[in-house]
Parts: sequence; structure tokens; C-alpha cells
Amino acid sequence: MTLVETAVDMSTALGSVPVPSPVLTASGCSAFGRELEPFTDLAAIGAVVTKSVQLRPRSGRPTPRMAETPSGMLNSIGLQGPGIDGLLDGELPWLAERGARAFVSIAGVRVEDFAELAARLRGVPGVAGLEVNISCPNVESRGEVFACDPVAASDVVAAVRAAADPAQPIYAKLSPDVTDIVSVARAVVDAGADGLSMINTLLGLVIDPDTMKPMLGGITGGLSGPAIRPVALRCVWQVHQALPHVPILGMGGIRTGLDALQFVLAGASAVSVGTAVFNDPSALGRIHAELAAALETRGFASLREAVGYAHR
Amino acid sequence: MTAGYLTTPAPVADSPPVQRTVEVVGARPVDAYVELRLAAREIAERAQPGQFVAFAVGGETSGLLLRRSIAISTVGDGVVTVVVSAAGPGSTWLTQRRPGDVVDVVGPLGRPFPAPPAGARALLVGGGYGAAALVGLAGQLKAAGHEVAAVAGAASADRLCSVQELTELADTVAVTTDDGSSGRRGLVTLAVDELLPDCGVVYACGPMRMLQAVADAATALGVPSYVAVEESMACGIGVCMTCVLPVVGSDGLTRLSRSCTEGPVFGGDRVRFDDVGTLTWDVVGADAMGVTRP
Repeated sequence: MTLVETAVDMSTALGSVPVPSPVLTASGCSAFGRELEPFTDLAAIGAVVTKSVQLRPRSGRPTPRMAETPSGMLNSIGLQGPGIDGLLDGELPWLAERGARAFVSIAGVRVEDFAELAARLRGVPGVAGLEVNISCPNVESRGEVFACDPVAASDVVAAVRAAADPAQPIYAKLSPDVTDIVSVARAVVDAGADGLSMINTLLGLVIDPDTMKPMLGGITGGLSGPAIRPVALRCVWQVHQALPHVPILGMGGIRTGLDALQFVLAGASAVSVGTAVFNDPSALGRIHAELAAALETRGFASLREAVGYAHR
Repeated sequence: MTAGYLTTPAPVADSPPVQRTVEVVGARPVDAYVELRLAAREIAERAQPGQFVAFAVGGETSGLLLRRSIAISTVGDGVVTVVVSAAGPGSTWLTQRRPGDVVDVVGPLGRPFPAPPAGARALLVGGGYGAAALVGLAGQLKAAGHEVAAVAGAASADRLCSVQELTELADTVAVTTDDGSSGRRGLVTLAVDELLPDCGVVYACGPMRMLQAVADAATALGVPSYVAVEESMACGIGVCMTCVLPVVGSDGLTRLSRSCTEGPVFGGDRVRFDDVGTLTWDVVGADAMGVTRP
């Protein structure tokens, strides 16, 4: 992939960190970036948002882990990954050698887990920032998901902001499975989040009509893909309206440049492309080019001018 | 080689994959399946036996997002041949492609079959359309001077695959069907048990239970076996993490390994067939999932 030069200035920023493209991978949809190298110029995209890393290596859940659904999929992987040591020894140096920016997604089951991960990532070359995956069960609250409780979500974000490298922006990744996403957004911003990633998957279920049992080993799973795009767009719209100065990394079913444009117009200053990568491993470069062309056609000289345009 | 194992993990392929929009140049029903021929020169030039390709299905506006991964049967003259079994809407769409249609395909993907020991007689075992994945290998082994015995099995005669192609390449071919409608009545292991003592390596592709039976038979006789597994994949390139199964690595530790990038070819004695679809405590990282030593 070579990014096509257009007249439109596509540069943007993740918090304080400038990036050349508003198109990023989505956590959990591009592993740690390595497998996309044959298809995508990893240094040219905004950043590789890594699969969520935890303190220890995780096997993930037993199979089946995936079910195809109308315009989407349900997944229950269980955050399989090498743990922070594996990431620091293997994946992050690999990305840094190629000039790719890593936006490291961190996850845990206790506030202290998140803080320790943020501390371990301080000053690591190539780490542009952190995405805080608060859609994890909180063991200290009988497994309630952090993202569904504004207080628990704020506790995590405050602890991460305190422990993290001041030069690394932190984005809180919000779940759409809440009554009022604006109140959660406001709470995590007050706790120190530099930006918001939205949305995570929606909780879903598929039952196999032959076995008459849930299809996935993990019973429920996260719904992603174009099926959730209107939900995601609504969330971005609502939060940008309430908090217009907070940077938003928009995601949820983006498959084309025009899909990405909708998120930008709703208030996202960057977007993540997730499930579409499974369909088209070259999606990131293609979507960047399509978005640039769409902005140019509409008379925008820069991406920044278009952010939140639909509200004006 | 890890102590106690007859195989080493299959090495990665020589070339990285490409994504191309290619033309269908042949579509031929073969019993229960459809053989598709694709004008995909760059994939054909890179492919090694055991690798697969991943198709986007349903056209550009389709709501079917996940790629369909299908083993490469043969490559030659810039053409990649695959055999498709219509199972769901995506694979059915593929079987409906006609010459002149174009498809978006990624490949070659996965790790190829490792080379056999020097001078070894090879036994190739294919179940159902899995036999198609062995045709290219049979040709490569014969060209390298190896003797090749092949076994093709299926539930019934119309589910057999690539028997003619294998007959043209292999020194001997045995056919088995569950219902006796072609060849001998019974499972492939009928023929495998007879041929195995004279063979120095086994390659197999087919349903999981067949792979397990063949791998177990080979391992019991001290013969290394390599199996190409068919697990449900969403992407085929290693990013979705859905196609995992428990495999013992070169360090002796079991990991949930991706069948797309760490397979689809695994040492038959390294796949923990009985534990597929479960999580046992001795898998690396199972403790973090709350599964600990009893």
C-alpha cells in the first residue's frame, strides 16, 4: 500500500501526538500489526492499536470463538495474548523498527493491573499512547464491567493517567452497553482521559439451531462489523455534542471511506478499522485514500475542518 | 526436535501472501464439489503444497464479511485450482462462480507441508474434499524421486475427491467409503494400517477425526505425520484469533495455536486432538483464564 497524495491535509493527532493519517487499526482486529505487513504500510497509517495486553500471558477461551452474523460477527476470544513481557520483548520492538506507531490497548481485572501496565509502558520507543480497555470484568465488583460503571471506569482512568508516561495520551474505550454513554464519557474525561475510543463491541448471543445451544464457547460474544455502525455513530454524535473539545477515536463497522467520513462528521478526529480487516486485509490504506478523496470532493482542505461538521 | 516427538513444527512459507482480484477461468462440478480454476499468477508462483487461499464472498455489498479459506489443490501455468464444497451461503456463492467472474482472493496462506525424510516412501491420506489438498504435494514428491502411496476416503462415492488426479501421480491409490459405494467399505484407516509399515512419512488432510486416527496410527509405528487441519477461520491471515487449537510447540509447551499462520500443517503427534474445543490447565496462559492445575 502506498498512500495516494491528495490535496487534503489528512494529518491529525491522538491527544498531543501528531499522526499522518486518521485511519488506525482497531484493538483485537489486527493482532499486533505484524500479519498486516504484506498488505498495509504500517508506518503510514495513524497507528497500530494493539490487541489488549494484560500482565500475564493468556490462552484465551476455548473454541468456537466466532459466529458470522448479518453484516457482522460475534466473537469471544478472551483476550488471548503474550502478556506485557511478551509485548515489550517481541511485538513493540518489531513495530518500532518499522517506524510504526503503537497505540497499546491495556486491560486488567483490577485498577492496579491497569496502572502497572501503564507504568511498564512508560518511555517505550514507538508507543504513541494507550487505549484503556475498560470493557473487562472487575473482580472487585463481582465481575461488573468497568465501562458500565462511571465510578469504576474513572478509577481505572485516573490510576492509568497517574502511572502513565505524561507524553503518552490515554484514550478510554467506551462500551455502548450502557444507559447513558455521555455520563461515562464525562466521568472518564474528568478523571484524566485525553481522548475517547468508541465504541467497543455490543454484547450478543447466537444459538446454533442444530445443537440448540449457544454457538460460542464463551456463550455470549462481542458483536462487531457494519451491523453496529449506526449505534457507534450515534454514540460518537452524542458524546461530541456534549464534550466538543475531547478527541474521539471513532469505530464500529467502518468498511469504506464514506463510512469513516460519517464518523468524522459526527465528531471523530480519527477512526479505527476493525472487522473490515478480516474481509479486506488492505482495508486501512484503501479507507485512507477513499476518505481523502471524499473530503476533497466535498471541498475540505483538511481532515480537521471536517471533524464535527455535521453538528454545525 | 522436542524429546518424544517425531515431528518438528512446520516452517513458515518461503513467500508472503498477496491480495488480488482474479478471474475465474474454469468452474467444473465434480461429484458433490465444484473445482474452480483461478488466473492468479502471483499466488500460483508463490504457493507451496499444504497452503490455502482465502476468498471474499458475496460481492462488494455482501453482508457476509468473513473470508472463506480453502486449500490449494494444484498450481500451474499461473492458475490456482481449488475444490469447493458448498456448506453454507458463502461457499455456495463460490460454487456458483462461472468463467469470466472475478473474485477477491488472498494467498498463498499458511505453512506448507515440510519435506519428507530423504528417500522416504510417503503416504498421503485425504478425507472427502481434503484429498484435493494433497494433489500438488503428490506431484512435488514424485518429482523429487519419492515413492508415493495415497488413500482417499469419504462417506460415499460422490464425496470422494481428486481420486483421478492422485491415481495419475501416485504409485498406488487405495479408496475407501463408509457405505462401500466405491472402493473398500470402511474408514481410511483400513488402508492406512496396511500401507503405513512401508512408509517413512505421512501427510493427511480431512476431517478432524480422520486426522486424529491417521496421526495416532503413524505415531504408534514411529512414523512422523503431518496433518493439514480445517478450523473455522474469519480472516485466514492471523489477526482474528478464532481458528486456534491446542498444539505442542518445539519447547514442549502447549499453546492455542492459530491454524492459519501456525498451521494449517501441524505435526500429527503435536496436535492434542482430544482437547480441541476445550481449555486444559497445562495450556500456556490458561491460568490467567482461571483454569489451574487440579
